[in-house]
Amino acid sequence: MCLAVPGKVVSIDHHADPLTGLIDFGGVQKQACLEYLPDVRVGEYVIVHVGFALQRLDEESARASLELFEQLGLLDEEFGDAWEQAARQESGSEVR
Amino acid sequence: MKYIDEFNDPALARRLLDEIRATATRPWALMEVCGGQTHSIIRHGIDQLLPEQVELIHGPGCPVCVTPLDVIDKALAIAARPEVVFCSFGDMLRVPGTDRDLFRVKSEGGDVRVVYSPLDALELARKNPGRQVVFFAIGFETTAPANAMAVHQARRLGLDNFSLLVSHVRVPPAVEAIMTAPECRVQGFLAAGHVCSVMGTAEYPELAEKHRVPIVVTGFEPLDILEGIRRAVHQLERGEHSVDNAYARAVRDQGNPAAQRMIEEVFEVTDRNWRGIGRIPASGWRLGAAFRAYDAEHRFDVTDIRTEEPAVCRAGEVLQGLIKPTECEAFGKACTPRTPLGATMVSSEGACAAYYLYRRMSGAPAPRGARAPQEEMNPVG
Ligand code: SF4
Repeated sequence: MCLAVPGKVVSIDHHADPLTGLIDFGGVQKQACLEYLPDVRVGEYVIVHVGFALQRLDEESARASLELFEQLGLLDEEFGDAWEQAARQESGSEVR
Repeated sequence: MKYIDEFNDPALARRLLDEIRATATRPWALMEVCGGQTHSIIRHGIDQLLPEQVELIHGPGCPVCVTPLDVIDKALAIAARPEVVFCSFGDMLRVPGTDRDLFRVKSEGGDVRVVYSPLDALELARKNPGRQVVFFAIGFETTAPANAMAVHQARRLGLDNFSLLVSHVRVPPAVEAIMTAPECRVQGFLAAGHVCSVMGTAEYPELAEKHRVPIVVTGFEPLDILEGIRRAVHQLERGEHSVDNAYARAVRDQGNPAAQRMIEEVFEVTDRNWRGIGRIPASGWRLGAAFRAYDAEHRFDVTDIRTEEPAVCRAGEVLQGLIKPTECEAFGKACTPRTPLGATMVSSEGACAAYYLYRRMSGAPAPRGARAPQEEMNPVG
């Protein structure tokens, strides 16, 4: 229910009331209300829930998280095969 | 950066799992509050990949599941009225009321429509001035700004044929209720990421301090969930209990102030019954006095609601994390997503449905690649 989908702002209709923009979700485009992010710009990523952009996605934070994960305990144990299989079968199947 | 694939990387997931394994020296029980996280955990088998010491308890964060039975029955009564166009998010249609569901009302001639956004319902009101358009406004803090905007616009545009049947719920009072329950086993929380995208984190330090539990704001992709767990376990091992944000790319400490202002303008805090759980003080929102005229409960005086839950359903215990769905006698037998006895078997975010969809029939491993039928562009319920 509280899932919100990340998408990229493609265009903004500044005359629309409430403020509206076109958001691209990996190829599928949909309108969303931008009234809660009035200063959002074309090209930024936002999370959208039931037709409303709720928050920007911050690229710097995203990169920092991924870098942190890269540096975690560089053990190379083999216990995650199930994981890899799951990920392979799931990949591309989900937009969240 | 697309923010999805990167947070699904199996090699990094393994690193996180290694780290959690290396950190956890004792058994810990964490609750993921949000049903979206429950779904993701079961779908990706995260609970089965974790070291044995770390148990995930599934929380009550599925708004479809906790919408009280009397409100469902009111929805059914309103939707059956000839002048009404009843609009709802899709998952609510199969939620069992006392003797039928919204699908049944629709098949019996009620004008029941599934919408993606509350603004779609508003548009229907604009186009059909002769009909009464009612939107079933359920959800947590994530959905409240959207529903608030719809009714705010309705008043501004003078659309008097639009109203909301409101059953909004709030996370912090539910956390409080869970922690004060005598049988509570929860030692740490993964807080619902998108709720915090709207509300920020200000409501949580008091809860973390009072109950001495770490509360880690957590996202929805596999790496997000593992990182939330890693940080919670890290705190628990050190005897700490603070609020931490493991989903910084989508959550600012202050949340979204514009959305909060709209919620405050339109709604007021109220006590709310949670289906299967009971009354939790201050755990909901209803329309404030200035918007009372748009409250469907007032507009359509629905009285004489007598509710009755099926006796076998243990959804209340499932929602409180007291039992796993497989411990319910009816699970997968009398109760399936086609014939749900309780709301937790309806929504793909309900724990019973998640276990069923991914074939957790007896706690056995899920076949990999099992997949929910529809959820992608429909982030609802
Ligand atoms: S399996 Fe069905 S009957 Fe049992 S608790 Fe879940 S919803 Fe209720």
